[in-house]
Amino acid sequence: MLRIEGLTAEVDGKEILKGIDLEVPTGEVHAIMGPNGSGKSTLSYVLAGRDGYEVTGGTATFDGVDLLGKAPEERAALGVFLAFQYPVELPGVGNANFLRTALNAVRRGRGESELDAMQFLKVARARMKELSMPEDMLKRGVNVGFSGGEKKRNEVLQMALLAPKLAILDETDSGLDIDALKIASDGVNALRGPDFSALVITHYQRLLTYIVPDRVHVLMAGRIVRSGGKELALELEASGYGAPQAA
Amino acid sequence: MSQVVHTGAEGFLHRYEGLKDRLPGARLPWLAALRAKAAESFRAQGFPTRRVEAWHYTDLRQVTQASFDEALTLVQDDIVLPKAHTANRVVFVDGRLRSDLSSWPTMATVASQIGRIEGRVMLPEEPMAALNTMLFEDGMLLNIPAGTDAGVLEILSIASASARPTAFHLRHIVRLHEGAKLTVLEVNQGPAATRYLHNPVWQVEVGEGASFTHARLQQEGALAFQLGSIYATVAAGGTYDNFTLNAGGRLVRNEIHATLTGTGATCHMNGAQLLSDGQHADTTTFLDHAAPGCASRQTYKTVLTGKSRGVFQGKILVRQAAQQTDGYQMNQALLLSPDAEMDSKPQLEIYADDVKCSHGATVGELDADQLFYLRARGIDEATARSMLVRAFLQEAVEGIADETLRDALESAVEGWWEHQGDRHS
Ligand SMILES: Nc1ncnc2c1ncn2[C@@H]1O[C@H](COP(=O)(O)OP(=O)(O)OP(=O)(O)O)[C@@H](O)[C@H]1O
Ligand SMILES: [Mg+2]
Repeated sequence: MLRIEGLTAEVDGKEILKGIDLEVPTGEVHAIMGPNGSGKSTLSYVLAGRDGYEVTGGTATFDGVDLLGKAPEERAALGVFLAFQYPVELPGVGNANFLRTALNAVRRGRGESELDAMQFLKVARARMKELSMPEDMLKRGVNVGFSGGEKKRNEVLQMALLAPKLAILDETDSGLDIDALKIASDGVNALRGPDFSALVITHYQRLLTYIVPDRVHVLMAGRIVRSGGKELALELEASGYGAPQAA
Repeated sequence: MSQVVHTGAEGFLHRYEGLKDRLPGARLPWLAALRAKAAESFRAQGFPTRRVEAWHYTDLRQVTQASFDEALTLVQDDIVLPKAHTANRVVFVDGRLRSDLSSWPTMATVASQIGRIEGRVMLPEEPMAALNTMLFEDGMLLNIPAGTDAGVLEILSIASASARPTAFHLRHIVRLHEGAKLTVLEVNQGPAATRYLHNPVWQVEVGEGASFTHARLQQEGALAFQLGSIYATVAAGGTYDNFTLNAGGRLVRNEIHATLTGTGATCHMNGAQLLSDGQHADTTTFLDHAAPGCASRQTYKTVLTGKSRGVFQGKILVRQAAQQTDGYQMNQALLLSPDAEMDSKPQLEIYADDVKCSHGATVGELDADQLFYLRARGIDEATARSMLVRAFLQEAVEGIADETLRDALESAVEGWWEHQGDRHS
């Protein structure tokens, strides 16, 4: 279970998260919606451990383990995965090498054996097929020259390979065409189960018809201002976020 | 009574005076005359100081304040050679051929058969080349007949351990006749605790349609000075492909002069400099486009850790006759430490009007977003950094088609990086 209490954080001296309280019980999928600039990506970066995002108060634990004091790779080893809103290009780093290095790092952390190049290729090819990704994407530099949608698919591929316990999807739907949205959602749904939870950040109700959330939260100006069931997304779609309300 | 210690240029001139009757080929009038001329040139110029424009960023005082001895002529049998990369390898120890440790293809001649090089030894005007001409004892003469593919040859220069600083000056002469092909892997190594000066000069002549691939692994000992120069000419349709990995040595200069003399000649000069605390490495290139329709490509990457200093100077000269020149030069540095320093000086001098010439230089640190992306995928920081450093070097290395060369380079890069791990984490 992901438990966030009173979390405040600043970037470049500017307070962005102003006291977040949020619980995602194991096995559940929660959605976060909210206007541009409200702090959704900031929350995801703070949970993943990005430098420059300074936590000034509160706690965040995953299965009882404090996340905030840990290095990004340690969080990944605990099973936390962030699908980036803006995936990073790594020229000169081959996608296959990147994916295998990541997978083996996470497998080591789980006490599993490492995969050699052949074993890895077999697994990667199977996942890529499920995601309708052309195999030559393995040969290219990580995200280099990928279209916006291809980058997002590459994020979903990484998630599928690393099989996290907690996936934070930051606008993974943005930039995906209709078919890809369906395929990516299937990728998330395939992981769903009693040991998997997810925090799905999105602007669009459409995604939530594919990945049906257990709860929907509204983040505005650094705070969760509303929470509800999946129907809240429909309501927001119809009426917008409106004027900021008191929490 | 104390012995007079000769340092700097005077030390080498003194040595030349004492040795000139015993240097290889001393009885050949043409060579004796050439050496005398070289001595005159070196005497007039001395070691370059920072006041000389081409040496502005590289201070040779460490070299000129030391006093160097001849390497002992004793055959040292305890020398440990690194593993050979190719079937044929020619080994020079302290600048002298060790035929007992070497094997070479039939078309290669060793220059200590000094009579064979008559008419082939040139005297460049630069002082380090003059010093080499004055004192060289040995080197390769590679004369590849027209239309012959001579395959891959490794040339190893290794310094032996010595209590006193030593100096040696290899002179290699390579000539590829029309349509010939040759690949050389040049490896330079030496013991970590010996101070020595290695001052090699390569003369390279690539004939029409010929192709010479020349990869250099500069892995001299940690106290060593290497001041090397290459003088290459490329005739019509010919290709000179140089890749230099500067990883060893304390003070290193890799100076390359290439002149494209015939229509459609091509020159690639790529390289990587991997520098650790206390090292200084300088890559200086002169690309002379003297004929029309020639292409040149230069990509140099420098990675610096600790208190190290890197220099890149690259001049592209496009003469009036050299229409339709296609020239490109890129020089990038990655600073992994706040104490490291990189100086870059690209220079274009263009006298033709129909040319395509570009150059660029960047100096930066590892990208924080890229590092975070890798770490967020579970990759530990040290591995993530190493992946990004290799990625940075990739572009300079990827042009190397020959697998032997590529493997040799990649393991050298790996070795360097692992050594960094010992120092930092
Ligand atoms: N380095 C920074 N300095 C100052 N403000 C910053 C910095 N980085 C982010 N911010 C601000 O933090 C706020 C929250 O940004 P964040 O990216 O978390 O929003 P978001 O909810 O993800 O928005 P979107 O829906 O557009 O993705 C924004 O107002 C943004 O301008
Ligand atoms: Mg965002």
